[in-house]
Amino acid sequence: MDTTGTLFMPPQHSTFAGQVDSLFYFILYASTVFFAIVVFGMIFFAVRYRRGRKQPVEAGPSHNTALEIIWTIIPTVLVVIVFFWGFKLFLKMNVPPKDAIEIKVTGQKWFWSFDYPNGASTVNELDVPVGKPVKLLMSSRDVIHGFFIPDFRIKMDVVPNRYTITWFEATQTGTFNLFCTQYCGKGHSEMIAKVKVMGEREYEDWLVSGTKAGEGMSLADFGAKLYVSKACATCHNVDGTANVGPSFKGIFEHQVKLSDGSSVMVDENYIRESILDPQAKIVAGYQPVMPTFQGVLNDREVDALTAYIKTLK
Amino acid sequence: MEAVPERSYLNEPKGWKSWVFTLDHKRIGLMYLFSIMASFLLGGIFALLIRLELLHIGGKHIMGAETYNQVFTLHGAIMIFLFIIPSIPAALGNFVLPQMLGAKDVAFPRLNLASFYIYVFGAFFAVYSMMSNAADTGWTFYTPYSTTTNTAVISMTLGVFILGFSSIFTGLNFIVTVHKLRLPGMTWYKMPLFVWGLYATAIIQVLATPVLGITLILLILERLFGIGIFDPAMGGDPILYQHFFWFYSHPAVYIMILPGMAIISELIPVFAHRKIFGYKAIAYSSLAIAFVSFLVWGHHMFVSGQSQYAAMIFSFLTFVVAIPSGIKVFNWLATLYKGSISFATPMLYAFSFLFLFTIGGLTGMFLGALATDVHLHDTYFVVAHFHYVMMGGTVMAFLGGLHYWWPKMWGRMYNEFWGKVSAVLVFLGFNITFFTQFILGAKGMPRRYYNYLDQYQPLHAYSTYGSWILALGFIIMAVYLIHSIFKGKKASGNPWGGLTLEWTNSSPPPPENFIETPVLKYGPYDYDKLPAEKLNS
Amino acid sequence: MEHTHEHSPHLAHHFSEMEQQHESAKLGMWIFLLTEILLFGGLFTAYAIYRAWHPDMFYNAHKFLNIYLGTLNTVVLITSSLTMALAIRATQMGRKNRTIGFLIFTLLLAGIFLVIKYLEYRHKFEVGQLPGKYYTFTGIEGTNPHIFFSIYFMMTGLHGIHVMAGIGVIGWMLRKTIKNTFSPEYYTPLEMTGLYWHLVDIIWIFLFPLLYLVG
Ligand code: HEA
Ligand code: HEA
Ligand code: HEC
Ligand code: CUA
Ligand SMILES: [Cu+2]
Repeated sequence: MDTTGTLFMPPQHSTFAGQVDSLFYFILYASTVFFAIVVFGMIFFAVRYRRGRKQPVEAGPSHNTALEIIWTIIPTVLVVIVFFWGFKLFLKMNVPPKDAIEIKVTGQKWFWSFDYPNGASTVNELDVPVGKPVKLLMSSRDVIHGFFIPDFRIKMDVVPNRYTITWFEATQTGTFNLFCTQYCGKGHSEMIAKVKVMGEREYEDWLVSGTKAGEGMSLADFGAKLYVSKACATCHNVDGTANVGPSFKGIFEHQVKLSDGSSVMVDENYIRESILDPQAKIVAGYQPVMPTFQGVLNDREVDALTAYIKTLK
Repeated sequence: MEAVPERSYLNEPKGWKSWVFTLDHKRIGLMYLFSIMASFLLGGIFALLIRLELLHIGGKHIMGAETYNQVFTLHGAIMIFLFIIPSIPAALGNFVLPQMLGAKDVAFPRLNLASFYIYVFGAFFAVYSMMSNAADTGWTFYTPYSTTTNTAVISMTLGVFILGFSSIFTGLNFIVTVHKLRLPGMTWYKMPLFVWGLYATAIIQVLATPVLGITLILLILERLFGIGIFDPAMGGDPILYQHFFWFYSHPAVYIMILPGMAIISELIPVFAHRKIFGYKAIAYSSLAIAFVSFLVWGHHMFVSGQSQYAAMIFSFLTFVVAIPSGIKVFNWLATLYKGSISFATPMLYAFSFLFLFTIGGLTGMFLGALATDVHLHDTYFVVAHFHYVMMGGTVMAFLGGLHYWWPKMWGRMYNEFWGKVSAVLVFLGFNITFFTQFILGAKGMPRRYYNYLDQYQPLHAYSTYGSWILALGFIIMAVYLIHSIFKGKKASGNPWGGLTLEWTNSSPPPPENFIETPVLKYGPYDYDKLPAEKLNS
Repeated sequence: MEHTHEHSPHLAHHFSEMEQQHESAKLGMWIFLLTEILLFGGLFTAYAIYRAWHPDMFYNAHKFLNIYLGTLNTVVLITSSLTMALAIRATQMGRKNRTIGFLIFTLLLAGIFLVIKYLEYRHKFEVGQLPGKYYTFTGIEGTNPHIFFSIYFMMTGLHGIHVMAGIGVIGWMLRKTIKNTFSPEYYTPLEMTGLYWHLVDIIWIFLFPLLYLVG
């Protein structure tokens, strides 16, 4: 298994990465042969038969049935091979094994959230065990997103109002990139998550602790952690500068102007509403693009984030 | 031999009104030429901005993410709808096709002029969108993003809808012209291959464009009235939009390449002074491509969630279209054998085409194969693929044709030395810009990304440097071409020794194309019937 | 350009004879009609897909279309196709006044078609059977009945626009007839208008069973 990557391909970290690469390189080599025939043929003829040379010019043939049959048949045979190869592998990549772990993937502008079988959930970090097939059941809450892990060679669009499915089996522990490939607006290129592949043991432990995250931490510290892990940071800064959304710095117990001209005092309820029903009140000067975190954050987590925002003076 | 052009379509009749209301296909062709060149320049400037922004990682070098999204949308939409689709048929085709057939004009000159003004009108909406809050959807306008974003999507799609009519009218005109206005004695197999190519293109234009029209209308109504057909929140299906869109836009890529291939089929025999190899194979492969092209649209949607069996069929048919393209390439190659090959600028572009289109087409194989497309879809590999076929294929052929017919258009030659310099710069710059993108894409760099991870930085930088070489090549070209219109050497009626009918009249041609009805002495590529000493000169 | 022999005044300079010009116009018109069919083709496809998905809803929703008015309109439009054909026939025979009569009759029928369509539309507006998000009607069972009305309004709306365009063109032909432009030797524009009008008719003949006679 190639773990450093080749000239064209990134490292191989899933069971089908090597198989996809074999096909890729097969096409690459076959193409190189045809390309060489065309280009060297062209250069050779261009030099050999350049105008003004000494030899007399003769009228060349305008047909050659044998040749024409050859250059039709050979590419045809080749593409038929490539077609079957590609199709068989594609089927394999589309049919998850029965015993796969099922993880629910939700794409929304502009972050990923993952729900695990035991109720744990993460944002922008997909945690999976090594050497076990993982099935992903995916859907979107707004526009179409694309789920792409280059090192695993898998990709699938994530569509609103229906489920799409893909699967993989990681072959090595480590952290890999997960990109959004279907254009989804301003934050498209920031919609990057990490895939964390861990040992089976580690994964089991993680799952257990995942359900009781934040235990033993102060509420505000937990909130600070959620601010990063739940992707608030993609749109909100805490240093007073505006991003897609307003900065959290010093907003608590201050008046904020809304887009309908009224203003409102930032208190616990307003923050809660902003998180769970963000379209209810839109801050003046911003677009109504914040996704709802209803169903993504539980009560404790909302409390934690509120506590964290309170500390940002 | 030398017909002194006392009368030419350029100065008869006189006055600006005679241009604005002209029914002469040559003048309409020229007006199209100026418009598409302006579009190309505009699209090119957007391209340079994209590259400049991507020179370094981190974003915010010259624009923000929202602006970047608008810029690549405008770049794609302008290049596709305002430049490349009308480029060869409406500009060069309009100018040459009737002359090649020995006709005085296209079948419906008024419709031809209407098509030009419809083009201008459509372009106006596109530019309006650009000036207001430009659309940021990508040139594909995928729902539900396009129905929910707050940018000027309606004026852009309305512009594209209108441009569609312009394209339909050009296609309709060409089909009828080819059927009904050929010179007596010019049978189908005596037609130049350029005409065959435009004929096949016209069929696609006429059959596919209306579907794009209705699709965009549905999109506009969706935005205006929320009709719900494509809106998942209302029980509609966004994937249906993609099927509709690609049902047009895949055939549209052959609207772009077939005319390019058609030009190459002219350039190679003329500059090799050699009868074309496999005339019928080239002619029929155009038709074959045109027909099969309607059945492969789903290869843009392999990972959209369509059924695996649909994907299988689309993948298979995608490979089927590749065969006739291969046949053409090999026939061109065989035409060079035992020729008398000139290295004039148009031929350099033909060589560039062979080199670049072969790469572009062969990388289509990686995308057509299901398992590899899963990895490559929506990465820079696709971006590189389509620039190799569109820029490396169609645009190279267009530039070759532009130089080839330039003396016929203006009665003057461009500067051959600068022509060669710019051809070489364009070729080099192009490869540096886009070959790097194959590697970027295969390594996982997604397309339409304003910002990217560290590991992709060096290749993005090379790509940007390449785009500057490319731009330099085009600037040189613009300078010497414009210069030649005023100061170029006078051109004879037939500077290249072509045998098609447009070379039997003067340069520039008289308003009615031919002073006397031309006679078909030779077939379009009958170099074998010419005396031997003519071939080597 | 000098002409060596007598030409019909209707022969454009780039054609060599009337026959060629007429044939070209006809071919061009057929291609244009083909593009029209493809334009509607997109809507037919959308119809087929949504009907396959929600057959019950389509069945329930179609009962709210007024089948009597629909049938009446079908008869009206078929008759107008006939009168259009008769108008061309009259021109071929050189009977100008009959041509004028038939054209006016065709226009009248087209007008009646639109009036009936208007009555149908008005009723739907009143009860809220409107496309997409404007749909407020509540009496139809099944998923997403608003989609049926989206499709209904788009299909009949696009068709209606074609009827209006037809009225414009037929009116223009009427004017030309009155001004003696046509003769038994030359009536190409009139004939093309006829082709167009038949297409508008044929499209309706498809729309009617698809929308009003779901079953
Ligand atoms: C001029 C335009 C043009 C042309 C001619 C082509 C030609 C081809 N294209 Fe391309 N394509 C585009 C423009 C074009 N394409 C665009 C614009 C997109 C992206 C749109 C977007 O998403 O924005 C795209 C995307 C695209 C995809 C979707 C990728 C994705 O999004 O995942 C696919 C997949 O199958 C594909 C395949 C092909 C194939 C098989 C050909 C074939 O026709 C190529 C045939 C040619 C050859 C094969 C070379 C010559 C042959 C030989 C030398 C003989 C030897 C041959 C063999 C052994 C086979 N193209
Ligand atoms: C015909 C089609 C065409 C052409 C020619 C080009 C040309 C170029 N394109 Fe692009 N491109 C597209 C069609 C085209 N493109 C499409 C459809 C997309 C997808 C958009 C989307 O995702 O929605 C795209 C996307 C695209 C991207 C990806 C953006 C992203 O995904 O984030 C990039 C990035 O590098 C790029 C770069 C370039 C460059 C550097 C050129 C250069 O080759 C440009 C060189 C041209 C010039 C520098 C102009 C110079 C002209 C003159 C000086 C005038 C000359 C005048 C006379 C001769 C008289 N293009
Ligand atoms: C996709 C971008 C995005 C993400 C992700 C996001 N927000 Fe927001 N948020 C916004 C925008 C834009 C606004 C301003 C418009 C509005 O009021 O809806 C906003 C407003 C707010 C406000 C009101 C701020 C004020 O000044 O009144 C709060 C509180 C808030 N967000 C909390 C959060 C929390 C907590 C998270 C993460 C769990 C989060 N947001 C994630 C975009 C985002
Ligand atoms: Cu989400 Cu792109
Ligand atoms: Cu395609």
